[in-house]
Amino acid sequence: MATIRQFGYQVSKDRQIDYDNNSRNLIRKVLEKEPSLNNCISCGTCAATCSAALYTDFSLRRLILLVRRGETESLKKETAKCMLCGKCQLVCPRGVSTRHLILQIRYQLQESGQKTEF
Amino acid sequence: MKHVVVVGGGVAGLETASILVSMGYQVTLVEKEDVPGGHVKRWHALFPDVRPAAEVLAAILEKSEKGIRMQYNTEITSIQHRSNRYALVASNGWQVEADAVVLATGFELFDARKKEEYGYGIYDNVITSADLEDMFIAGKGIHTLQDKAPQRVGFVHCVGSRDEKAGNLYCSKVCCITAVKQAIEVKQQLPQTEIFCFYMDLRMFGRHYEELYKEAQEKYAIQFIRGRLSEASEDKEHRVVLKVEDTLLNKPLKIAVDLLVLMSGMVASKQTQAFRDELGMTKDEDNFLKPVDGILHSNLSGVEGVFFSGTCSGPKNVADSLADARSAALAVDKYLK
Ligand code: SF4
Ligand code: SF4
Ligand code: SF4
Repeated sequence: MATIRQFGYQVSKDRQIDYDNNSRNLIRKVLEKEPSLNNCISCGTCAATCSAALYTDFSLRRLILLVRRGETESLKKETAKCMLCGKCQLVCPRGVSTRHLILQIRYQLQESGQKTEF
Repeated sequence: MKHVVVVGGGVAGLETASILVSMGYQVTLVEKEDVPGGHVKRWHALFPDVRPAAEVLAAILEKSEKGIRMQYNTEITSIQHRSNRYALVASNGWQVEADAVVLATGFELFDARKKEEYGYGIYDNVITSADLEDMFIAGKGIHTLQDKAPQRVGFVHCVGSRDEKAGNLYCSKVCCITAVKQAIEVKQQLPQTEIFCFYMDLRMFGRHYEELYKEAQEKYAIQFIRGRLSEASEDKEHRVVLKVEDTLLNKPLKIAVDLLVLMSGMVASKQTQAFRDELGMTKDEDNFLKPVDGILHSNLSGVEGVFFSGTCSGPKNVADSLADARSAALAVDKYLK
């Protein structure tokens, strides 16, 4: 029997953040190691100063929000864009330890072995 | 007759002093400058109704002319407790004794040079909100250092406030609405000029502030971009090039403006801090004076006979400073009765 897909239709992936089903594991582990993540006010100073953000669509401000909401799917790809130069740390008005935070996210993702498992 | 000395002749000091006079006390007001009025005399217009600051100041001064002993050009450097009285000494050698002391030593503007990456004192066309008020008062139009009318003006919120790197975690309260007010005033003078406000949060806490914000959008087309300035540089035409993240679009944004206005925050004045240490009052994290109880006793210093009036105990707008000043007079009266 012909399915809807064969007629060229697609089932769109739900865009909403499924907060109830998203896992809290990553944010819990990262916060343990780098509690200053909680101080972020999404001002974007880090992203404005970031050399990586100029050429890629990377934003540390956005990355932090993805971690907070448990939207982990793209994280491995995202964190790979950071060059760990530390410029963001110099400008952050809330004293977020940005470099260590990114390293922790990378580390925790690596530990888990699977980028979508969290 | 009991004698009260009020230190500081800004609007708060003047208001406390004139009320104490009307209550029957002998009052001396000591001001370090040669005229009264403090920061308000440097303001062209007050928010939210863009009312001339001079008019408000004149009304306050009119009351103060009746019965206050004014001591100008005198900076108190020491306040000492001597068996229920206070001995105050000034740098010019002037001395006085008092039964009660009111600290109305106010605030200082954050020194914007400390945010080096914003270029104040380095680039030609970076000024502070206070410099812009000076420009309004001078009445020679809004202009760049090259004497041109700016086609684009940027306002940077939270300069020296809400910034761990500047050592100030608190919000200065008045600068969001000041930026909105100043943006409107610039636009009124230069209708063709594009105006941008760069903010983290817009704090329109006061009555009619939100309405003024809406008016800024509706009537004056001021643009609000949610992103905090990371750094500024200067181009060949002496314009200031800004780097921010347009956080709502999730993209870095570069924009050149002809004039950049930094909304300098409020910091506790050096005099305020010196008295705090001399009198052994509690140091608050933000360096402002800490009342015994911020809700119930906002004018009590914790040192008997010493009271707070106005912004020495934290950022306030003019209306709140005056209300605080009046309540300081009541606290003094209760103590001396
Ligand atoms: S450390 Fe990473 S996120 Fe921070 S400025 Fe450098 S490249 Fe950008
Ligand atoms: S600069 Fe700091 S507070 Fe601002 S978005 Fe980046 S990490 Fe968060
Ligand atoms: S009032 Fe606005 S500009 Fe001033 S410190 Fe607070 S948030 Fe920043």
